[in-house]
Amino acid sequence: MSQMPFLQMRNINKTFPGVRALDAVRLEILPGEVHALVGENGAGKSTLIKILAGVEQPDPGAEILIDGKPANIRQPIDANQQGIAVIYQDFSLFPNLTVAENISFGKEIGLGKRFVNWFEIKETATNALAELGVELDLNLQLERLPVAKQQLVAIARALAFNARFIIMDEPTSSLSRGEVESLFKIIGTLKEKGIAILFVSHRLQELFTIAERFTVLRDGKYIGTYLKDELNEEKLISLMVGRRIEFIKQSRSKTGPVLLEVKSLTKKGNFKDISFTLHKGEILGLTGLVGAGRTEVVQALFGLNVPDSGEIYLDGVKVNIRSPEEAMGLGIGYIPEGRQREGLVLRQSVAQNISLALLKKIRGKFGLLNAGKEKELVEEYMEALDVRPRLPNMLAMQLSGGNQQKVVLAKWLATRPKILIIDEPTNGIDVGAKAEIHKLLRQLASQGMGILMISSELPEILAVSDRVLVMRRGRLVGEFAIEEATQEKIMNRAFMGMPGRVTA
Amino acid sequence: MLKTSKEMILLYVFVGLFLLMSAASPSKFLTLGNLQSMATQLPELGLIALGMMVVIITGGIDLSITFTAALSGIVGALVLSSGYSAGVEGTAVIFLIIKALLATLITALICGFVNGLLISYVGVSPILVTLGTMTLFEGMSVWLTKGGAISGFPGQYQWIGNGYLGFIPVPILIFIVFAVLTLILLERTAWGRSVYMFGCNPVATFFSGINTKKVVMLVYLYAAMMAAMAAIIMTSRYNSAKVDYGSSYLLQSVAIVVLGGTDIAGGYGKVVGTVVAAGIVQVLSSGLNLIGINRFMVDVTMGVLLIAVLLLNSFISKRKQGKGVKKEPKKIGIAV
Repeated sequence: MSQMPFLQMRNINKTFPGVRALDAVRLEILPGEVHALVGENGAGKSTLIKILAGVEQPDPGAEILIDGKPANIRQPIDANQQGIAVIYQDFSLFPNLTVAENISFGKEIGLGKRFVNWFEIKETATNALAELGVELDLNLQLERLPVAKQQLVAIARALAFNARFIIMDEPTSSLSRGEVESLFKIIGTLKEKGIAILFVSHRLQELFTIAERFTVLRDGKYIGTYLKDELNEEKLISLMVGRRIEFIKQSRSKTGPVLLEVKSLTKKGNFKDISFTLHKGEILGLTGLVGAGRTEVVQALFGLNVPDSGEIYLDGVKVNIRSPEEAMGLGIGYIPEGRQREGLVLRQSVAQNISLALLKKIRGKFGLLNAGKEKELVEEYMEALDVRPRLPNMLAMQLSGGNQQKVVLAKWLATRPKILIIDEPTNGIDVGAKAEIHKLLRQLASQGMGILMISSELPEILAVSDRVLVMRRGRLVGEFAIEEATQEKIMNRAFMGMPGRVTA
Repeated sequence: MLKTSKEMILLYVFVGLFLLMSAASPSKFLTLGNLQSMATQLPELGLIALGMMVVIITGGIDLSITFTAALSGIVGALVLSSGYSAGVEGTAVIFLIIKALLATLITALICGFVNGLLISYVGVSPILVTLGTMTLFEGMSVWLTKGGAISGFPGQYQWIGNGYLGFIPVPILIFIVFAVLTLILLERTAWGRSVYMFGCNPVATFFSGINTKKVVMLVYLYAAMMAAMAAIIMTSRYNSAKVDYGSSYLLQSVAIVVLGGTDIAGGYGKVVGTVVAAGIVQVLSSGLNLIGINRFMVDVTMGVLLIAVLLLNSFISKRKQGKGVKKEPKKIGIAV
């Protein structure tokens, strides 16, 4: 490895007011290598990418060398001119422009052109796609392409301005298996051209297939750079986490009678023939790959997604749920996956967020809100869930992810639901808070609540649930009692469907 | 303190302007007559601004609000003038006036209902819906009046717009009542709370079991009610009804709402801010008028003032944001 690195970053610090996002981070990229950047959520990967992209500036004292020479990346166009391209998770393309325009505009702007030359645009796009060895209709509107093809356009755009280093942020998150394979082939082509790739992903298996070196970040700190041969998945995880993750297997309580029964629930294009029961005091885990239709099913139970056919029984009584308001009235609470978008009103206080679902119940004289009762409830639930800091007037956006989740939980627990539906309860939350939330869910179940929990994290499913349902492509393909459930069994069903049945 | 600072700045501006005008022409500005005339003029625009504010807090806008006022005023006026002749007297007049007031209110509520229905239940964007209904209500108003003015009201009706209780003009009393009502509804009811929450994040509000469609419907009905109150004061003050009464209030009311600190993107807005902002505009236009400054200069001054206050607000909120985040770890430190 006596090659001159394409990029060297040393002593990269980034302080946001009150937070040290990056602390003396290093990164070295060799020409033509595929380098993995790994770390848990909040480890600082995004911030590092933003610095490389020119979106954020590092604190003074940072050293960035490109081809051994000090480089200054003050804005995104500088990064492009230095040969750095970033492909974000959403690709940052223009959906209403054509393929050719999307590929070529970066280059045109980079060259400082003020007028559009349509001939050049076509030519640039044709060349870039030829380099990748793919064929696309240049005149097609981008939004009409499938996601995987859009990604190719983003890569071609990088090639069009002669990128020598392409950063891919979670490039496989919305791709199918086959598409991932063809992406890897493309990456191989790029490698041959001496283009380096920084691959940011949570899918460790894929990283081990494609990456040669790994740089690990943890809590904004540089942990190390390792060759693939020095690592295995287990070791990589322990480097990322610092200690071995293992969710404490929560103790189970006995489950009661059937609380909720769903019979042949079907919604075209969403899910088909879904039947299951949820018992009092039970945590029912619902898992499957992202896009299997899990969220759509639970949203049908909360009036957000009205099914075409099928029946829902609550305590043996048939119910029709057409709005969240009705669902709430029936004693159902729903904690959505998109905590910041769907769960919280970020710009309002913690107190107002907690009381939001309760507004009707804290009405006093003349329909006016009873401020004393509201304060009491807010304090009671902040206390019960240990929301920190215990400041009801703080804005929800100022809390950490774990505490934000506790606020959403507080909001729903305050309505005293019989059934709690919770979608990815610990997404983007640090390990400590995860365990706390697991414990809390078990506690609620032991008090008789029925909990339907969606999770993609199998260790979480296994640690918390009493029973596990697996969905695949809109259908239920497996049910396991917790004693017989293993990660392997669940993943098999999630990927392959029911044994002995041919699934398309 | 941090929370009210926007409104406090406005209050300082108001007091400052008031003192400035008083100093500039004490013999004209600081007279009972002028103060009374300001208190008579302010409520029309003030009421419309309050209605507009509630809409803007939800992230919407009501471009039809002034023609809702015009149309409802005209319907009320038609009821009044058609039912009134020389022979009608005593309680009959009072009943007639009540009938006209109800007609005005109901017409406005129908206008608001149309807006609310299209925006909330059909889901068309507020600016498009109200742009359409603005033209619709204007057209209906012209059709009803054939472009002319409707007059011939009983004398008693004029009391609403021109009368006094003691030395206080009736319009300002109406305005105060509705400002307080708006304050209570926004700050102390489930609906008001939902209005703010919806303005910040409609999805999360809906996901929290709030009937957001109803909330938004009520918002447009409320704005229409404010328009009706403004219409009643206007028709009474001018002793007639005409299509273009109050039509200049549309953009002025938006300006006042924004001047009053309401976030044009929704989620934030205080009654106090809007009331003080309406006061500022009134003091400025009356004051400059009395000093004898050209009408166009008055507009220029108002534009400059609006921009200045908005710049100041954005400057303060940026500084506050910086501070707020820096303070955060300290707060956590205390709590943990």
